[in-house]
Amino acid sequence: MSEARARENVIEAHGIRNQFGAQVVHDGLDLTVQRGEVLAIVGGSGTGKSVLLRTIIGLNRPAAGTVRLFGQNLHALPAGERVRLEKRIGVLFQQGALFSSLTVAENVALPLIEHARLPPAEAAQLAALKIALAGLPPDADNKLPAELSGGMIKRAALARALALDPDILFLDEPTAGLDPIGAAAFDRLILTLREALGLTVFLVTHDLDTLYTIADRIAVLANKRVLVNDKLEAVAATDDAWIREYFHGPRGRAAMTAAHTHTQ
Amino acid sequence: MPAAMNASATAGNLELHHAESGYRLCVSGQWTLPHYHGLAARVADLRTQNKTADAHLDLSALTALDTAGARLLCELVGIERLKRQLVDVRLAPGQRELLEAVAAALASPGAPPAKRYRFGDVLAHIGRASIAFRNHAIALLGFIGFIIDGLARTIWRPRRWRVTATVASLEHSGFDAVPIVALLTFLVGAVVAFLGATVLADFGATIYTVSLVSYSFLREFGVLLAAILVAGRTASAFAAQIGSMRINEEVDAIRVLGLNPMELLVLPRVLAMMLALPILAFIAMACGIAGGITVCALKLDIPPGMFLSMLANDIGPRHFFIGISKAPIFAFLIAAIGCLEGFRVSGSAQSVGEHTTSAVVQSIFTVIVVDAIAAMFCMEMGW
Repeated sequence: MSEARARENVIEAHGIRNQFGAQVVHDGLDLTVQRGEVLAIVGGSGTGKSVLLRTIIGLNRPAAGTVRLFGQNLHALPAGERVRLEKRIGVLFQQGALFSSLTVAENVALPLIEHARLPPAEAAQLAALKIALAGLPPDADNKLPAELSGGMIKRAALARALALDPDILFLDEPTAGLDPIGAAAFDRLILTLREALGLTVFLVTHDLDTLYTIADRIAVLANKRVLVNDKLEAVAATDDAWIREYFHGPRGRAAMTAAHTHTQ
Repeated sequence: MPAAMNASATAGNLELHHAESGYRLCVSGQWTLPHYHGLAARVADLRTQNKTADAHLDLSALTALDTAGARLLCELVGIERLKRQLVDVRLAPGQRELLEAVAAALASPGAPPAKRYRFGDVLAHIGRASIAFRNHAIALLGFIGFIIDGLARTIWRPRRWRVTATVASLEHSGFDAVPIVALLTFLVGAVVAFLGATVLADFGATIYTVSLVSYSFLREFGVLLAAILVAGRTASAFAAQIGSMRINEEVDAIRVLGLNPMELLVLPRVLAMMLALPILAFIAMACGIAGGITVCALKLDIPPGMFLSMLANDIGPRHFFIGISKAPIFAFLIAAIGCLEGFRVSGSAQSVGEHTTSAVVQSIFTVIVVDAIAAMFCMEMGW
């Protein structure tokens, strides 16, 4: 039974077509994500990684094709059902998107108060736990987002994304703008949380180290479609000019060597 | 299997059993966020009974657990004991890791409590606000000094005049403001004439409505209304423009490129404003008087020709000069406050909003205060 559960597709995108004016970003794109895996989306600038993420979480309606989250089409659901589904996903936006007028603790407590209908005191207790889980020091609770560093903003935003114990966590460039130490710590944090909370992680990234550290599978976006979607070794061995340049260019090789020495 | 399905649908529960070996805490059902409120009350209840301290934890009937439930379990038996008991407890896969992660997170010291408001804080707030006001006034005076310094440095070097920026700013803050200034002052002129007609009719002195409208618009209302409208329209625009440049680090880029933000950003705006506001004030006076003429002609049977001849003969140009001479001063203050607030923006988009609002409030405040001082001065001087 656990085997069948593991193979369940929590995200199914089929025949996605996205276009802005005359510019077609995706055309006939298919992608599936299974429960419990960490899928990383890579691709050159402008290949529509973030657009794909926004399409899957329902912020962007595709011109054609369907997206199914937990087997349900988000765009076809009535509003109430849709909210119920949205509570099962957590999203970490690239810039954090913390509400700038609320403290970190209030940011995390907001979904708990609004959706779980907890009294403020209990929501504050749970918010403090999520903030600690995200690896922030306790004195960060009462700070405003403007008073936090880039890495702390990411962690606070992660705590908010985890507020309702989502099944799927969407991360848009989680390590962009972090220093290498902070980025590595963030990678480890994602791995730990995924083990502890049984998360499915959908990750958009440019960071090769992140790919080598946490991704189970990698989907490469190119030519408006998913070019290849497989384990790291298989993707790296694919015969494609962009993929070769990406994984076997100077930075790719460095990250691969680092990952190998780390595992040994 | 059906039994398990049944159990998984039940809410979380917590029972205290008395066995021969001691107390036993039976945890069952779903310990998840939707049931958090009820479970938290139950946990608090049992903890006050003081029987949880040495009770044995039985997690065999637990069907679902998330971070919220894990937090309550930690609270129920304490982090250290939970860690000890986890060793010999049978758990579904993943739940052990979850409990360990939550226990580790809770073991870190709690946040210092947020400060609560007390009565004394009001006094402290007043004190802080007073000091902030003083610092602000000093900063504004300093900034005005910088502007004058910048003007003095560039005025002799026409090559460094930013003509394009000045003209663009003139169009935006002057020309584009003409319709709204004209319309509003026309209406206010009409209202003043109505008021005058109503009050003066009791004395049979409706003819003095002409003087009332002319005096008030030439000396005060024309320039004041124009200045207030411009303060709302343009001071906010200046603050927002420079503020978003600050956020975008454009101002820093200007500095690093060896250019002077004062010269590039502030002087063109100040100069444009000092040209625009006298023109707008003149338009405001004309339109206000036109509003008065309209009401006089329609309601009081004072023909426009008579109005204008009274204006020319009885009311000297002195009043016009007093009014219009205030316009460049107001313009300078409004532009200085708008630009200064723009430079004070820091950090977030919210800060732009705050400083834009502050620019409008301050410039209107300053304009009215300076106008009041000027009115008293002129009265004492007998002008």
